[in-house]
Amino acid sequence: MSGQKRQKRVGKLLVDLTLLLLIVIWTVPTLGIFISSFRNRDKIDTSGWWNVFPHREWQPVSELDPKALGLNPDGVMDIEGVSGTFEEFRAGVESPDGKRITWVGNKRIGKIEIQEQVWMVDWDFSLDNYRQVLGGQEFEFKRPDGSVEVVPGDNMVNAFLNSLAVAIPSTVIPILIAAFGAYAFAWMKFPGRRAMFIVVVALLVVPLQIALVPILRDYKTLNLNGTYLAIWLAHTGFGLALATYLLYNYISGLPRDILESAFIDGASHFTVFTTLVLPLSVPALASFAIFQFLWVWNDYLVALIFLGGNPEFELVTQRMAAIVGSRGQDWHLLTAGAFVSMVLPLIVFFSLQRFFVRGLLAGSVKG
Amino acid sequence: MEPQTRKAAENQSLGGGILAFIGRVLLAVAIPLISFYVLYLGFLFLRDSNAPREVIVLVAIIWGVGGVGLLYWVFNWLVEKLPNPWKGKLIPFVFVGPAMAILAWYLAIPTLRTFYISLFDRNGPPDGLNFFQQLASEAFVGFGNYKEVFTQDLMLEAFRNNVMWIIFGSTFSVIFGLLIAVLADRSSFEKIAKSLIFLPMAISFVGASIIWNFIYEYRPEGQTQIGLLNSIVTGLGGKPQAWPQWVDIAPWNNLFLIVIVVWLQAGFAMVLFSAALKGIPEELMEAGRIDGANEFQIFFGIMLPYIRGTLISVWTTVVIFTLKIFDVVWVMTGGQFGTHVIATQFYRQSFTNRNSGFGSAIAIVLLLAVIPVMIYNLKQFREQEAFS
Repeated sequence: MSGQKRQKRVGKLLVDLTLLLLIVIWTVPTLGIFISSFRNRDKIDTSGWWNVFPHREWQPVSELDPKALGLNPDGVMDIEGVSGTFEEFRAGVESPDGKRITWVGNKRIGKIEIQEQVWMVDWDFSLDNYRQVLGGQEFEFKRPDGSVEVVPGDNMVNAFLNSLAVAIPSTVIPILIAAFGAYAFAWMKFPGRRAMFIVVVALLVVPLQIALVPILRDYKTLNLNGTYLAIWLAHTGFGLALATYLLYNYISGLPRDILESAFIDGASHFTVFTTLVLPLSVPALASFAIFQFLWVWNDYLVALIFLGGNPEFELVTQRMAAIVGSRGQDWHLLTAGAFVSMVLPLIVFFSLQRFFVRGLLAGSVKG
Repeated sequence: MEPQTRKAAENQSLGGGILAFIGRVLLAVAIPLISFYVLYLGFLFLRDSNAPREVIVLVAIIWGVGGVGLLYWVFNWLVEKLPNPWKGKLIPFVFVGPAMAILAWYLAIPTLRTFYISLFDRNGPPDGLNFFQQLASEAFVGFGNYKEVFTQDLMLEAFRNNVMWIIFGSTFSVIFGLLIAVLADRSSFEKIAKSLIFLPMAISFVGASIIWNFIYEYRPEGQTQIGLLNSIVTGLGGKPQAWPQWVDIAPWNNLFLIVIVVWLQAGFAMVLFSAALKGIPEELMEAGRIDGANEFQIFFGIMLPYIRGTLISVWTTVVIFTLKIFDVVWVMTGGQFGTHVIATQFYRQSFTNRNSGFGSAIAIVLLLAVIPVMIYNLKQFREQEAFS
């Protein structure tokens, strides 16, 4: 019996450890970006972000002057009890007592450093990266040697506002339109009802690529390119099928007697919809809203096509992609910018995770 | 059909039926058109004003959202003023009309239009000609674009890569999602584990691309590697590589991009599997254990068959998702180094090369690829019979 118990405990430990390993693998990429976004620009460029964790590093403890020791760099030298050539000392030679002797500089005017391994943490955090990436004005960057470099900011604040202006209506408008439609499908009788709903189901999986060329032509005719309205309508069109389908599933399941007693009291469909159905459907509305918001906020393709021409309307994703394209090595900007772009989705995600999961379950298990 | 006979009895005349039909159509078209026009006017005003950005954003949001709501209200009010038989017939279309009109404009009709454009050369159907003249013009190439789509080297490369995406992307997302769901179910920190694995779902592809670019960051040999992967590789004595750009191992360098989507999608799969696993009756598992089955036998013999439905729907969702993959490839490599996929080719042909005929043909190929799923969905819908 006790053997079985022990086996169970070992099994549980194994499960926990495997899961822990997977969590670490899944979290480390984001963690790296997050930590780096607070590190100094030069530090990011010269050392891995994991140096913020305690690690052992060679640090100089004392210096020797090769001339005073009378060493000849062209031959084999004896320093502090170890011998080696100039090239070997350049790379660093470890002595038996755990020290490292390194020749710093060239043969003529070099010096010898005695180094020891010490525990280090590389904690030099600041908000400079965020200041530069958010601001629209010029940003003064102080190098460690004291010189000052003036660089333009990336004006992410502007892009952030644009993304908000795109994402909020692109979330609310399709939900509103879909809720009206879903109500009609669920609680009204009209000719063509079944055929229309079949169209909705069929359109669920149609790739939006199919619409981009014709819609872009329409927008050119209507002179709509580069406006908020253009992209709101596009996101409405592309999200509407799923929204109608999900909301129909929910609204058609509302208790029949509540609605019927309202009709008997003489309420119109519009009144029933706004005062009864909408408030009762809040969980479904919320779960779709989260989906649509995340999808619109994180969208790149639709924005690229319908807002592409106008830099003033650039969204967060476009701004970030532009920085990747033009200054892909500027990790201090990319890391901070990536986090700015993630802040809002992460807040939405963590505060409304419950609704999000519920929406996923409703949409995909049935679909 | 039953509704028709009833309608005829109510109307007593064919004329009334036709008028009601016209009224419905007008209403369905009018709401979106008027809302569109009012919103449009507001936008011209907003675009030309030099108010501070915050104000413009706020006004735009209120204008857009409020405008749509108000239009429904106005139309409902108008229809409620109509005499009774009209009112009853038109109200449903106030509700459902805008949704159907927008779906028609943005998805249903574009399918036909894109197909039509795909039959023409790079500039599409010439303007100013009627349908028959367009078909007779030199711009009409028939299925020529499709022939190109299936023979061009870059396109074949894109198809090959997309097949890799679909196979490896969906398989690994499903395997990791299932593995994590099973482990989390038995672990002592289920909630936090699930949250952390699920978290990448909230990150954009562009953000994820930056995150993984940083993992893959390459410095020439001898320099300090600041990318995690190269740091580990050099630490083990290997040579640093610019992993997704590593052409020597093509097409396998695509795997370094596919990893990103597995990282993003495993959480989605996990959530669905986790819910399905929790639905397995405990007695079933106990019965298996009493019969002496070990954990692996229980997993393959009881759990997997039980969650088969979820397995299929998760798998199809990820397949459709990887079929349309665009952002990751576009931001990471731009399709260079042998990493083009169908959607990046579509973008390149339609918007960079401005070859709308060719681009449209690619879009139609994408559509054809999802048609089996569409048929499956429709079949499921018909079987549910919930819609009477």
